[in-house]
Amino acid sequence: MSLFLIVALPFIGALLPGLMYQAGRQACAMATFFVTLTAFIGLMTHLPAVLAGEVVQARVDWIPSLGLNANFFIDGLGFFFAALILGIGLLIITYGRFYLSRNDNMGEFFTYLLLFQGAMVGIVLSDNILMLLIFWEMTSLSSFLLIGYWKHLEEGRQGARMALTVTGMGGLALIGGMVLLGNIAGSYDLTVILENREVIQDSPMYLPALLLILLGCFTKSAQFPFHFWLPHAMAAPTPVSAYLHSATMVKAGIFLMARVWPVMSGTEAWFYLVTGAGLITMVIAAIIALFKNDLKGLLAFSTVSHLGLITMLLGTGTAYGALVAVFHILNHATFKAALFMSAGIVDHEAKTRDITRLGGLRSLMPITFVIATIAALSMAGIPLFNGFISKEMMLKETTKTVLFDTPLLVPVLATIGALFSAAYSFRFIGHTFLGPVRDDYPANPHDPGVGMWGPPALLCVLVVGIGVAPFLAEPLVFLVTEAVLGNVAALPDAHLKIWHGVNTALYMSIIAVGGGLVLLAAFNPLARGWATAGPPAAKAIFDAIIDAIVAAATFVTARLHDGALTRYAAIFGVTVVALGTHAFFTGSTIAPTREMLPLQPVAAMGWLLLVTATAVLLAYHNHRYLALVLTSIVGLVIAMGFAYLSAPDLALTQISVEVVTAILLLLALNFLPRETPAESSSMRRLRDGAIAGAAGLAAGALIYSMLMRDAMGVPISEYHLANSKPGGGGTNVVNVILVDFRGFDTFGEIIVLGIAAVIIYALTETLLSSPVRARLLNRPIGKKAGDAHPMMMVVMTRVIMPVVLMVGVYIFLRGHNEPGGGFIAGLVVAIAIVMQYMASGFDWAEKRQRYPYHGIIGAGVLVAGLTGIGAFFFDTEFLASSFGYFRIPPFEEFELATALGFDLGVFLCVVGAVLLSLESFSRLGRRSGEQSSEYAMDIDPSRDDAVEEKGA
Amino acid sequence: MEILVASAVGILTAAGIYLILRKRTFPVILGTAFISYAVNVFLFASGRLAVNQPPVLQKGVELYTDPLPQALVLTAIVIAFGMTAVVVMIGVGAYLSSQDDHIDDQDELAPGADPSALEHADPIDPSQQGAPS
Repeated sequence: MSLFLIVALPFIGALLPGLMYQAGRQACAMATFFVTLTAFIGLMTHLPAVLAGEVVQARVDWIPSLGLNANFFIDGLGFFFAALILGIGLLIITYGRFYLSRNDNMGEFFTYLLLFQGAMVGIVLSDNILMLLIFWEMTSLSSFLLIGYWKHLEEGRQGARMALTVTGMGGLALIGGMVLLGNIAGSYDLTVILENREVIQDSPMYLPALLLILLGCFTKSAQFPFHFWLPHAMAAPTPVSAYLHSATMVKAGIFLMARVWPVMSGTEAWFYLVTGAGLITMVIAAIIALFKNDLKGLLAFSTVSHLGLITMLLGTGTAYGALVAVFHILNHATFKAALFMSAGIVDHEAKTRDITRLGGLRSLMPITFVIATIAALSMAGIPLFNGFISKEMMLKETTKTVLFDTPLLVPVLATIGALFSAAYSFRFIGHTFLGPVRDDYPANPHDPGVGMWGPPALLCVLVVGIGVAPFLAEPLVFLVTEAVLGNVAALPDAHLKIWHGVNTALYMSIIAVGGGLVLLAAFNPLARGWATAGPPAAKAIFDAIIDAIVAAATFVTARLHDGALTRYAAIFGVTVVALGTHAFFTGSTIAPTREMLPLQPVAAMGWLLLVTATAVLLAYHNHRYLALVLTSIVGLVIAMGFAYLSAPDLALTQISVEVVTAILLLLALNFLPRETPAESSSMRRLRDGAIAGAAGLAAGALIYSMLMRDAMGVPISEYHLANSKPGGGGTNVVNVILVDFRGFDTFGEIIVLGIAAVIIYALTETLLSSPVRARLLNRPIGKKAGDAHPMMMVVMTRVIMPVVLMVGVYIFLRGHNEPGGGFIAGLVVAIAIVMQYMASGFDWAEKRQRYPYHGIIGAGVLVAGLTGIGAFFFDTEFLASSFGYFRIPPFEEFELATALGFDLGVFLCVVGAVLLSLESFSRLGRRSGEQSSEYAMDIDPSRDDAVEEKGA
Repeated sequence: MEILVASAVGILTAAGIYLILRKRTFPVILGTAFISYAVNVFLFASGRLAVNQPPVLQKGVELYTDPLPQALVLTAIVIAFGMTAVVVMIGVGAYLSSQDDHIDDQDELAPGADPSALEHADPIDPSQQGAPS
């Protein structure tokens, strides 16, 4: 099966549980099971190739220039983890089916589970590290959903949040580290990175990359000092704990350390950081675990401890250490998942997982007792179980590991860890299952159905199988170890044996088991001591840190972001100017390279007009109508400036937009106060003036220095000018850029324009259906025009309507070759129609409006889009235009370009958007009780009722 | 010529920012319009200035001004209209709903204001109001 499909299957399958849930819980679980099974079988089809030592790859180059490719590969390590994820996934799904009660939404649960599974498979099979990072983040998110699955439990929500905070932060660090790593190696492909050991370790960026990557791994795998989130994540349903927090997700960090082992390990920094963190985690977590009264809490800390053990082994940097690490990953996954499931069974049946309330379950739940005992003895490191063998090998490795020049340090600490590990394992058995039967269980405990004890029993078969006949697991472990080692080190000359002879490791082991029994015997006084003198709960520290961060953020936000727009604008302006000034005075500039154009009197006059209008506006902006007129003057001067400076298209656009903007603001002023009250103090005005002056000076200086120098490189416009006629079929280069070279851009812009108009329409509708409507009706109406629809104006607008439309069509058609085009034509036609509204009134105009304006906008977008799609039929790209020359007698030869169709779309969109915006305002006006005459002209001698109305 | 354009950009920017820092909606809307003018002219001028060299191809003419900034500014002008219209509608809607055209919410800004007073100050029952306007 294709690697893409293996990764994609869980994601596609995630759609199923939600759908199948309607068909019942059984169907829902079955669908999930078969999706996972299919992926598992697909994975197994690669087994022969992996066994033969091949690396199966699947590549799709997506954005090669960014190194972002969808590449997957499968080698021993990837296969091993993928098999663990999917295989244990199958057991968990079976178990979860029976664990969840009828009140739980199973569809939701399995959807999250499959999402998580897909993300995990994605991590272990990704070749591209950018892809790997995305999957990594997805595991954090999906585990957040899974931990918080029981939304009604406060501790579940808090645990989920804590897990997301810690692993999410680690994920961010990891992104930095992996990108650094990729940059050092010159490729984002793991297969390439793994071959560049020397380059990476010699790079000055090695240490930052290592620190960031380890931060990601340690948070994910709950290594000290980030270990605290895992026990709180135990608020999740037990299948989640068994799956995520013992077998898979927490091993993602381990996986990554193993993955980058060939290039990152072997240095001093790696050794001290990884071995040190692993060793501390192993010992501390084992001690805490012993004193946990919550079954799952005990298991959680024991998981942390065992992850520390594996981390420590990877940190040694020796081939033997890697071998033991791989072997222990396998063993830990088997016995710990079984233990979690047993704890879940106890919780499910006895309705508590508080050890102090349990005991004596041996006779009540014999099957569970056997399963839990086998798994726990393996965890304790008792011979004939798989945990024993890897623990022996671990202890052997520690005798060769020297930290801080103290040969005894590592072995002693490791023995202490193993001792507490044995102690809590014995406590798990002893305090839960052994002892007298009690009569105060919250429920009536008994063994569950095979659906729940079957999966852990299957794992116990593996536990014993590997424990008795470790040589069976040897090929797999060697295969994976080879993949971890890469080409850096050779496979160690060691074998997985049940008996290593009488050596130091065996003595250490005996001390650990014996000490464990002693500790358990002295448990009660020890626990009392722990309760009084134990370390503070990590959660309190975490909460205090979070509270401090929140308080700091609130403090800063309240100062910067206090809800006042004026303050944001001021802060923004000052910041930009300050940064610009800094850049200006620290950067280097080149001498001006351009001559100043000669100053013409006409240009100077325009400038004077603009400056005067602006100055008067600033002085008298309280008078809003005056301000509006002055703004229009500024706009007109700018339009003239465009015309003067060789931009006829811009001049036409600016002047027509100026007209519609003026109408728009007039309509708005109809509803707003006519004057702005003078509120600002003179200090405030001075301050604002200073900010504005500085910003103006900066903007002016910036553009001046740009204008006096030539462009740094050759402008791409050379290309546009050269290809406009031969490629786009038009001589108006600006229009050809709009409809052809940058057609996609324009397509987006007309859509934005359409959206803006629709927003205005929606706002109007909202206002009209709210109490505002009543307020509008009762609005005091000020002075009205004596003649709402002057006859001269009505007649004039109607007479020139066809002329204006003709002009619009002319401007539209010539747009490709001469100044003009869809935008300008659209504005001109919109103005023609708005004139009818103004002259003859809303009612009159509305009666003659055949097509709704939203429809016109939609049609415009559709026409433009279809024209673009039409390009596919000419085997060109979206929106690439084609054109040809035609001749229909008696006309002259003329040109037809598909760009014309696109421009038509632009035209329609502009007409619709402008009219919909303006019409919305007049709708508000009509609601406000403004009298609208039934007839457009007050005086019309031909009207029947003219005489009566005049008389009345 | 360049000094005229540069100073015009500066003046338009300054006027725009000064107006944006006012307290009522209408001047702020005018301020954004001025900023739009300034930005459009700035963008346009980044193609450098030229007189009598429109980018319309003609036989025998070799010198043309840079057409690309013009194309960008052309759409920017139209989009600026759309945005102005949206802001104006929001301003009008806010004024009609609260009879107040302050740009910053006065009740929110007043230190130590009683939040419950806000409800009483507003004659409109919030529960009857539709979507935010």
